[in-house]
Amino acid sequence: MTVTAWTAAQVARKVIENKELFILDVRNTDAFDDWKIEGHQFEYLNIPYFDLLDGVEEILPKISKDKEVLVVCAKEGSSIMIAEMLSDAGLTVAYLQGGMKSWSMYLEPIKVGDLKDGGELYQFVRLGKGCLSYMAINGGEAAIIDAVRFTDVFTNFAKEKGVEIKHVFDTHLHADHISGGRHISAATGATYYLPPKDAKEVVFDYTPLTDGLTVHLGASQIEVGALYSPGHTIGSTSFVIDSKYLLTGDILFIDSIGRPDLAGLAEDWVGDLRETLYKRYRTLAEDLIVLPAHFMIIEELNEDGTVAKRLGDLFAENHGLNVEDEAVFRSMVTDNLPPQPNAYQEIRIVNMGKVTPSDEEQTEMEIGPNRCAVR
Amino acid sequence: MNIAKTLDAKGLACPMPIVRTKKTIDTINSGEILEVLVTDKGALNDFTAWAGAGGHTIVEQKEEAGVLYFYIQKA
Repeated sequence: MTVTAWTAAQVARKVIENKELFILDVRNTDAFDDWKIEGHQFEYLNIPYFDLLDGVEEILPKISKDKEVLVVCAKEGSSIMIAEMLSDAGLTVAYLQGGMKSWSMYLEPIKVGDLKDGGELYQFVRLGKGCLSYMAINGGEAAIIDAVRFTDVFTNFAKEKGVEIKHVFDTHLHADHISGGRHISAATGATYYLPPKDAKEVVFDYTPLTDGLTVHLGASQIEVGALYSPGHTIGSTSFVIDSKYLLTGDILFIDSIGRPDLAGLAEDWVGDLRETLYKRYRTLAEDLIVLPAHFMIIEELNEDGTVAKRLGDLFAENHGLNVEDEAVFRSMVTDNLPPQPNAYQEIRIVNMGKVTPSDEEQTEMEIGPNRCAVR
Repeated sequence: MNIAKTLDAKGLACPMPIVRTKKTIDTINSGEILEVLVTDKGALNDFTAWAGAGGHTIVEQKEEAGVLYFYIQKA
């Protein structure tokens, strides 16, 4: 029997196409419980590789016979070893090339929709981490919002589309992942914008992203407009693109809302969060399509793999938008918060430009789920 | 501390540090201590979990100049 290597891209297709898959995750149980490859129709078995050194016979009956089997570990070494043992036992199995590290890094660009005058909007779905980045293109120009650190993906995509990256925005100073924004700007000459209230400690030059700031793409009428919407951080800013899409950053997600504590000031910012979600957003058109900077659970993905939903539907269905009592809301977003993202304080310092860790260190920092929401 | 054996697993990537450690610990007696040197940072959680599962005790661990040292007392 054979062992094949699957890339993270191949696994991403299984998630997006809603396919079945049996995942044998051989990392230790803590790591598996904390973070795994999520799929709508995935089945899991977690047995640490070091429990299988004497043989895999005992787990053979637990492994699916009718589904494809993928062995997963942190980097790939252990999954290759276990996959080969299973293969020797007569099974056909695959392993994930590069392990959870490569899964954490993989980005899938998916078209969200058309903008007027032939423009397009793309969402870059980082399935392993739940990060969402955006690129709006038209008339030979592009604007990028909340780029993750794999800058090549964005610059290559722009090249493929024949567009020049002119504007790079971060909705806020991120705490769960390392921003690629200012590096894309340095490589392309694009303007890099950051909300000044989040940027008090940054050590690089940026253009202030202020309420009402508007840019146009090419000669088109496509407008990318900034809307100050504090609460996750004090600078958090949303965007309205082409009067059609609302990019909410980490303020509002599909099935949850942003947490106000990652910059250390939950008590201070809970009022801002309430104001943004219950007043500012309420004045916007309900037909706007909400595009957040994260998803937390696989159920937030649409059938085409995008993460997007009408604002009016979120007003009706999102629990975080339906807490009438302000005191209950306050308690919900400040008490019993879930654990913070891995290395979130270090990540903020990297995003301020104060330190520049190696690629490998950056990968380590970003291990695990994003955890930017309260549900 | 009375070290019965030392295993140098520096430079080895997962799963080899654990694979070698398991093989080596099979060659010492119950109660004796195995010293293991590892540079793969991923080993940190794996050693703890592996030792716990096998009933072995990590009596000491330290990091010096990028090398992890584990002192494992065999069950």
